[in-house]
Amino acid sequence: MQTIDTDVVVIGGGGAGLRAAIAAAEADPEVTVALVSKVVPTRSHTVAAEGGAAGVIHPDDHLDKHFDDTVSGGDWLCEQDVVEWFVGRCTPEMTQLEHWGCPWSRQPDGQVNVRYFGGMKSPRSWFAADRTGFHMLHTLFQTSLKYPSIRRFDECFCMDLLVEDGRLRGVLAVYVPSGDSLLLRCRAAVLATGGAGRVYRQNTNAGIVTGEGMGMALACGTGLRDMEFVQWHPTTLPGSGLLITEGARGEGGILLNRHGRRYLQDHGLGPVDPWPRPRAMELGPRDRVSQAFWHEDRAGRTLSTPQGTAVHLDLRHLGHKTLEERLPQILHLARTFAAVDPVEAPIPVRPAVHYTMGGVPTDRHGATAVEGLYAAGECASTGLHGANRLGSNSLAELLVFGRAAGEAAVAHARNGPAPAPGVERQAEAALRQWHALLEPRRGERLATLRDAMQAAMEDGVGIVREAEGMARACEALADLRARYRRGVRLDDTGRAFNTEWLATLELGHALKVAETIAHAALARRESRGAHLRSDGYDRRDDEGFLCHSLAWDQGEAPPRIDHAPVTLTRSAPGERVYGGPA
Amino acid sequence: MSDPRIIVMECLRYHPERDTEPYHQRFEVPFTPEMSVLEGLQYIKDHLDGSLTFRWSCRMAVCGNCGCMVNGEPVLSCQTFLRDYHPECVRVEPLDHFPIQRDLAVDPADFLDKLQQVAPYLIPAQDRIPEDGPYRQTPEQMQDYLDTSACINCLLCYAACPQYGLKADFLGPAVLALAHRYNADSRDAGRARRMEVMNGDAGVWGCTLVGRCSEVCPKGVDPAGAINRNKPAAALDTLRRLLQSGRTCTP
Repeated sequence: MQTIDTDVVVIGGGGAGLRAAIAAAEADPEVTVALVSKVVPTRSHTVAAEGGAAGVIHPDDHLDKHFDDTVSGGDWLCEQDVVEWFVGRCTPEMTQLEHWGCPWSRQPDGQVNVRYFGGMKSPRSWFAADRTGFHMLHTLFQTSLKYPSIRRFDECFCMDLLVEDGRLRGVLAVYVPSGDSLLLRCRAAVLATGGAGRVYRQNTNAGIVTGEGMGMALACGTGLRDMEFVQWHPTTLPGSGLLITEGARGEGGILLNRHGRRYLQDHGLGPVDPWPRPRAMELGPRDRVSQAFWHEDRAGRTLSTPQGTAVHLDLRHLGHKTLEERLPQILHLARTFAAVDPVEAPIPVRPAVHYTMGGVPTDRHGATAVEGLYAAGECASTGLHGANRLGSNSLAELLVFGRAAGEAAVAHARNGPAPAPGVERQAEAALRQWHALLEPRRGERLATLRDAMQAAMEDGVGIVREAEGMARACEALADLRARYRRGVRLDDTGRAFNTEWLATLELGHALKVAETIAHAALARRESRGAHLRSDGYDRRDDEGFLCHSLAWDQGEAPPRIDHAPVTLTRSAPGERVYGGPA
Repeated sequence: MSDPRIIVMECLRYHPERDTEPYHQRFEVPFTPEMSVLEGLQYIKDHLDGSLTFRWSCRMAVCGNCGCMVNGEPVLSCQTFLRDYHPECVRVEPLDHFPIQRDLAVDPADFLDKLQQVAPYLIPAQDRIPEDGPYRQTPEQMQDYLDTSACINCLLCYAACPQYGLKADFLGPAVLALAHRYNADSRDAGRARRMEVMNGDAGVWGCTLVGRCSEVCPKGVDPAGAINRNKPAAALDTLRRLLQSGRTCTP
């Protein structure tokens, strides 16, 4: 096993990981940074974000509005001190990215343009046409090439966090092309591995969004917070789940049921006029808009398509020129993957899993319960999103908390103890365990177990939930974990570029992460944000459940769930009001 | 969903620990009209042979990870559809001009090394801090570089470029297009530094204007156009250097 000593390891080369690495390099050029990513960084899922990144810059906007939109959007489950800290740092981060070359879309006079997203009182989304994540990621990646202290380990799969006595001591990884293992002895690490949307079948996520970062952290004692809050994006292509950005509605797109009715007016988001207006109709928050689809579907007012039921997203009235300028990628996606030209016809869309609000609990500097381990981006739970993330807050989150975690990791590395000897033995033991996955000649196929996990989650822990279905999902997942332990039969037993083996490792973590979602959901006997129950717990219950859930690893047994208080600073829980008169 | 038909997918196989030479293997894959070549490969991996190795990620033509040769053409497998090849067989091979790591996966290291050489980041005339606010840049000024900024690093242009196939040190279409992207950005002042590399032996003069790069680009980048817009600048740069060296030489 190759061993390398470094001060800071960043795990994940998406937006949060790159921002953390750059922050670390800028904080102290003497500090060595290893950027470990299971894909070449530009393949990371940040690339697929389309619509925008939040930052107060519009003359009508204010930090208080960003705070209020975020906290009410999150159904008061947000850590309000974290939100306050966050909103003040978004715009400087957007501006920093502009100085690094990000091609934010402009107004005719050359100033940055912003648009509305759902749940916003004022236009606040900085955007680069509808390729915002793509441009942010490439800007960050290309900028990272300036810093000699950042050493990249591309296509290097992180297998384990090596923790002893509650302190991070190293990271075990494997070079994907060769299969050779690598021990990075370090003083601090930033986990920036993204979400876990792939535990569901219909999702907007890239194939790499498999949740193993969360799983590794869970296994070393950080716990996972608020995992029951899974975001369904309201507008995705049926079947594939490919994302049709909220920016399409921000530009004025409307949603119609099979009768051509703008059905959101029937689900607490109306009246229709005047349109467009903020925080109403199609500019409602994602949880409400996805839940409205579920009700329309149950009432038989959706359209049937070969890939399942759908509603229509109509953009025709925006005109060809606006669509080409503001939503070019949406035109391409609809034409290529749905055989629909949005200039001529409405796009069939339905909700799909998009984002995990929960994750590894951290403070605002990304610090976790494990000394020396930080987390940022979708894998983290800073408490920013509460029970429902506002569109555009996650791209801003990558920058604000990626930077904070990178800086905190450097501060820790400077003062922390040198890489400890003895971590090699721990690494060898972990490696033997992962190599053992290559051995079984019997057992089930990987795809069988993966598909069963995704079906259990879709069926039992969907947009609308009830106890019986969630309990069934919990049982199914326990059964799947037992089957996984009995062995996954691999066709591929070599070491070099063995993606079947790595996917098996991912699945082991994904099953545990899926279990935290199902069990935390079952334990929350109320409805809040994206967690909507139909079995008598259909209202928010602040007395019983104005609290975070925490899932703790119990080895082979299902996770233990308990709850912890929410930090409220200046916004008392109130009613979430959307729609209404202008 | 309509009944699946069957298509034969013939995939190149190569395992570095086992094979001395690549070979082709045929798989019969049931497919529906909306299925992509990538989904065909995923079907093989899930149901027929879990050892088939290929890269993919976003499924929506933006991550650039799934480039391969399909019937000899460099394409993104996620937006290439099996229906367009049926009833003939479809042959899937790794991208031309790159070393094969395994099966359909090639080694992108050469591209990544070359990208680093052209300083593909904004080099401002003066340092600026966030408190200074964003630069002003009009939509018209953005048009100068927006097309080239759309490169997803999928490497299809390298597989298509005959010059890169012949001359391995050629910086190649995507790298030169990205160098142009920053040269053409009104916020940038780093042109002189990039021109040294772009005007070198491996730079713009290696391009013979075949234009295949621009034909295969899935994002409309037009690297050929970008490269040739830099030839006059490179020529001027050379002339200036000659004149400068002339001044220092004794005739």
